[in-house]
Amino acid sequence: MKELIVISGKGGTGKTSLTACLATLAEQCVIADCDVDAANLHLLLSPRVHHRTPFVSGEMAVIDETRCNQCGHCQQLCRFEGISPTPPYTILPSGCEGCRVCAHFCPQQAISMVPRQCGEWYRSVSSAGPMIHARINVGAENSGKLVSLFRQQARQLAEEQQSPWLLVDGPPGLGCPVIASVTGADAVLIVTEPTLAGQHDMVRIIDLLEHFSMTGYICINRWDINPEMTRTIRQIAEQRGVSCVGLIPFDRQVVSAQLKARPVIDQPDSIAAMAIKDLWDNVHAILSTP
Amino acid sequence: MKLAIASGKGGTGKTTLTVALAQAAQAPVQLLDCDVEEPNSHLFFTKGDSKRDVVTVAVPHIDPQRCTHCGLCGDFCAYNALACLPTETILFEGLCHSCGGCMRLCPHQAISERQQRIGYIDQWRHGQIDLFSGVLDVGQAMSPPLIRAVKRHQQADKLILLDCPPGTSCPLTTTIHDADVVILVTEPTPFGLHDLQIAVETVRQLNRPVAVIINRSDLGDQSIHDYCRSKKIPILLQIPFEKRIAVAYSRGDGLLDALPGLQPQLALVLNQARKLYRENLT
Ligand code: SF4
Ligand code: SF4
Ligand code: SF4
Ligand code: SF4
Repeated sequence: MKELIVISGKGGTGKTSLTACLATLAEQCVIADCDVDAANLHLLLSPRVHHRTPFVSGEMAVIDETRCNQCGHCQQLCRFEGISPTPPYTILPSGCEGCRVCAHFCPQQAISMVPRQCGEWYRSVSSAGPMIHARINVGAENSGKLVSLFRQQARQLAEEQQSPWLLVDGPPGLGCPVIASVTGADAVLIVTEPTLAGQHDMVRIIDLLEHFSMTGYICINRWDINPEMTRTIRQIAEQRGVSCVGLIPFDRQVVSAQLKARPVIDQPDSIAAMAIKDLWDNVHAILSTP
Repeated sequence: MKLAIASGKGGTGKTTLTVALAQAAQAPVQLLDCDVEEPNSHLFFTKGDSKRDVVTVAVPHIDPQRCTHCGLCGDFCAYNALACLPTETILFEGLCHSCGGCMRLCPHQAISERQQRIGYIDQWRHGQIDLFSGVLDVGQAMSPPLIRAVKRHQQADKLILLDCPPGTSCPLTTTIHDADVVILVTEPTPFGLHDLQIAVETVRQLNRPVAVIINRSDLGDQSIHDYCRSKKIPILLQIPFEKRIAVAYSRGDGLLDALPGLQPQLALVLNQARKLYRENLT
């Protein structure tokens, strides 16, 4: 089984649309949507949910008002804006990181820690194969923990089904969730665009991959918006040993396919679809060679 | 006024718009780039003299002379960042949230704190715009402490624009929880709508007034309008897709370079945001 993670650093480069196409092209693949913050893959692959599991991650402080004498000690100790700045002291769920400091040091033992319900994750069957995805609660912490859990579940599923491919729609940015999603994968596909911001973010991702000694590939979406920039980005990547496996042209069909809730690969006359087929052939060839 | 510009979904043009709003304000503005994992605001300005401040967080330092390996700190740490072995106590820096608990707790005063670098903040001045750009070091996992450091530069007497991190989890809530108004930039596609709904829920849970700007407004359908109407969310501006804008952006030119005529509309957006802010106060 080969695990391919699709990430982009910068949002809006078409990562999810591309992942949906690759999932449709790959025969017998298992799909994991690890972009839990902006989970959109289900809008293109219409999964039917088979199992739902709530997940808890970390803890949150709760003050027992009957014991609290408003001494304010907890407020002074909390380093995370987790407790209201003025009395009556209450826990602010959006700030509390569950560090336990207030609970441990409250002179009245008025604070306890409760598990934090973060959302639900699903095992589904989608139009492109078995799929793992989630819905996280508003404002819940999106730690790398959830991403790790997903990949572990998806791998298990891929092994059970003897799938040759595991495709992961990765999280944005460069922080904790991304680090959790790329470590240990067979290959990372970076989706970028020919803009200064795209270039800037791609370089930061390549730094990250180097930091973890991982192999990456890039593809450039909407490359024809600025062919010169496309060339520059390609050169920068290739100098760092990251080869370009595909160039996808700007195509209004990507949006019209999205409005029909389908990946653009289904539109036979789409120029983006043709380029994505070539891209998949390249990735397939690279990852199938031992 | 502290105006946060966020998007839920990435790539909707949030940064371009934030920069254009700063330029359109024609008054002293602070532009705070809180998208510290992928800070891009500065790409729209010519490089000038910048001032760089390193940002650090406190991490525990264990004095092996004093540590008796009692194991209390390891039991306490909520993030398993301390491993208490029979002859050694080890810190895993990548897991530590710098809560300070272990230091307070250690019965033998074996733990002190030392500063550990997580990134830096660059500062520039461009005419009336003061730009603060937070940059998280590559390989660092936790952005909220750096976001808080960027926000400490806020000066209440100026117009403050916050370029927010993507998504709706802790980096976003850290940025917007005390904002006066939150503008969500979206696009009229199913992805845009889905992420907008989650972003609106997040902002409303924090009790912040919210408004919407629709970018590439002609590349999709009407569902964003229907949604905003049903939730009584004002749409402050709609910008149609133009290849001119896309090409200008790709070169690092701003929205106002491509469409100078947009200036009055952007100034109006700022006024409407001020109105929302005042309404919320009363
Ligand atoms: S430390 Fe305990 S008693 Fe004091 S304000 Fe906090 S919860 Fe109340
Ligand atoms: S658990 Fe930690 S973060 Fe949460 S309120 Fe208490 S001290 Fe603050
Ligand atoms: S609490 Fe103090 S003495 Fe005990 S293991 Fe930790 S550092 Fe050592
Ligand atoms: S400072 Fe807090 S998070 Fe860091 S090691 Fe100590 S107890 Fe754990």
